[in-house]
Amino acid sequence: MTLDRRNFIKILGSASGVALAGCAGAPSISSGSAGEIMAKTGRRVVVIGGGYGGSIAAKYVRMLDSSIEVVMVERNKQFISCPFSNFYIAGITSDMNALTINYDKLAANHGIKMVYAEVSAIDPAAKTVVTSAGTLTYDRLIVSPGIDFRTEEIEGYNAQTPDIFPHAWKAGAQSTLLRNQLQSMKDGGTVIMSMPLTPYRCPPGPYERSCLIAHYLKQHKPKSKLILLDANPDVVSKKPLFTKAWSTYYKDNFQYIGAKKVTQVNVAGKSVSIEGVEDFKGDVINLIPPQRAANIVVAAGLVGDDKKWCPVDAVSFQSTKHPGIHVIGDATALPSEGPPMPKSGYSANAQAKVCAQNVVNLMNGKEPVEFSGINVCYSALNEHESVSVANVYAVKGGKIISVPNSGGISPADFSQTKAEHVYAASWLRNILTEMST
Amino acid sequence: MKQCWNAALAAGALALSVSAQAAPPTPEMISFSCAGCHGTNGGSAGLSMPSLASQSKTAIIDAMKKFKSGERPSTVMGRLAKGYTDADFEAMGNFFSRQKFHPTAQAVDKAKVAKGSDLQEANCSRCHLDDGKDGKDDTPVMASQWLTYLQMQMDLYQSGKRKMPEKMAEKVKPLSKEDLDALLHFYASVNK
Repeated sequence: MTLDRRNFIKILGSASGVALAGCAGAPSISSGSAGEIMAKTGRRVVVIGGGYGGSIAAKYVRMLDSSIEVVMVERNKQFISCPFSNFYIAGITSDMNALTINYDKLAANHGIKMVYAEVSAIDPAAKTVVTSAGTLTYDRLIVSPGIDFRTEEIEGYNAQTPDIFPHAWKAGAQSTLLRNQLQSMKDGGTVIMSMPLTPYRCPPGPYERSCLIAHYLKQHKPKSKLILLDANPDVVSKKPLFTKAWSTYYKDNFQYIGAKKVTQVNVAGKSVSIEGVEDFKGDVINLIPPQRAANIVVAAGLVGDDKKWCPVDAVSFQSTKHPGIHVIGDATALPSEGPPMPKSGYSANAQAKVCAQNVVNLMNGKEPVEFSGINVCYSALNEHESVSVANVYAVKGGKIISVPNSGGISPADFSQTKAEHVYAASWLRNILTEMST
Repeated sequence: MKQCWNAALAAGALALSVSAQAAPPTPEMISFSCAGCHGTNGGSAGLSMPSLASQSKTAIIDAMKKFKSGERPSTVMGRLAKGYTDADFEAMGNFFSRQKFHPTAQAVDKAKVAKGSDLQEANCSRCHLDDGKDGKDDTPVMASQWLTYLQMQMDLYQSGKRKMPEKMAEKVKPLSKEDLDALLHFYASVNK
């Protein structure tokens, strides 16, 4: 379908209305009201989005230079983590609180000024952010907006589709919906998962979800099955580990099929269609649409020629489109040599710190410092085993590289899966504590 | 260089020139990234993750080198350590040794703590100084580390996967399982 104005508004509705809490605290577009929210007290950094990237950027700017005023704009008072939300969806935990943080301590400990409002526009020339609560002026802007969905690429997808075919790719109400659908499905039913072409948020996430849903079915609905339709021709993350998990634990109730890009939905018929030539019918359909940077940064002209992701400098994460604006996290297109840094929570955390340091340096007339950061992603295979990918990233010739002869995935003999499951839980605890204190 | 940057700022010619002129990573730049797993400034909130805050520089460098070589068993640490140089380890050691001691409040068994306190005094206090709060030379700070982490490491020692320093092995050998458990409860309890 073409993206005319009406459809565009519908898409915005589906992207922002359904997800009560976006993973990256993605703000959505609404009408702003005039008037300045608070007068600038000195040099000011405004941070949009309080997720894995934004909360850390706000905190570290203040930690590094407390003379800089930091205002964080976030539409939700609480943030629900996407990492570990698959445990909740698959019924391994029923405690959403373990995935939920608020900003009270973070704001108090570091003197961050919170504005709970929706961003409607960014004006790079005037250096202002227009929100539902009024306008904020900034000296530098850090945007960590997360993703929205390219639902226009799926025929028949409308604002109500995620109420029936949840994506659960922004944690919160969508996670609960998918969990409830799985729990109320009759034994003997079929679950369809559909995942998009790369790049998308959290490369191993769909594969982890397939393991945990298959685990749930094996335990509670043994006559049921799960089919994962991957738009990519083959598994794009931790392939040896996931394929081993599928064949070891889930060979009787799980099927992986590559190169199956869903192009059409039939909500009434409870099916998805591949290029109009093949239909898959499911009792539960978890449709994860293709993605792009969140609507607000698309509207602000921060995306590149692909109209999807935000090109940034590899050192300060400054937008190549608008100087003075820095973009971090899932929304970015990083200049990379070799496999790019994955769109993960840990990447956003690491990027936020690099960005914060260099924003502070730039505001103080100091030379920026080269990127050094890591990414660690754990994926669960069942309720007591996890695997990981870990890499160290640096900058070479203006591009982010994975440091040679380091990093990689867990051993394929699964000798460390139980220990890594324990470490994964501590990872969540530490990273959420870092974001909220 | 500073003047150069002021000029660039004034000219607004920043966006494309940043990569070429950036300085090498500082200790902060290198160490901040560890916090995703080890907590802000190395103060861990995760039960299986050690706090790095206030560890001695030598202990940090020693641990990283052993992770890198594989002498110390690990999951992700060996893979990550291979991405850093000796100079990076030194930078991490400088950063974390400057951070304040990270106290934790955790549930411990009082009887075990009392027994462990006596065992510490009699057996361990020559290296693990000041109730395990002092990270001297390559001896790590034990005080306030999470009990889960301490128990996981003791299991690695007992299974032979992690090699004990000779002096430690001598002291640990005569101790019973219950003695060691009591010692770990003691270290976990020390938070002032």
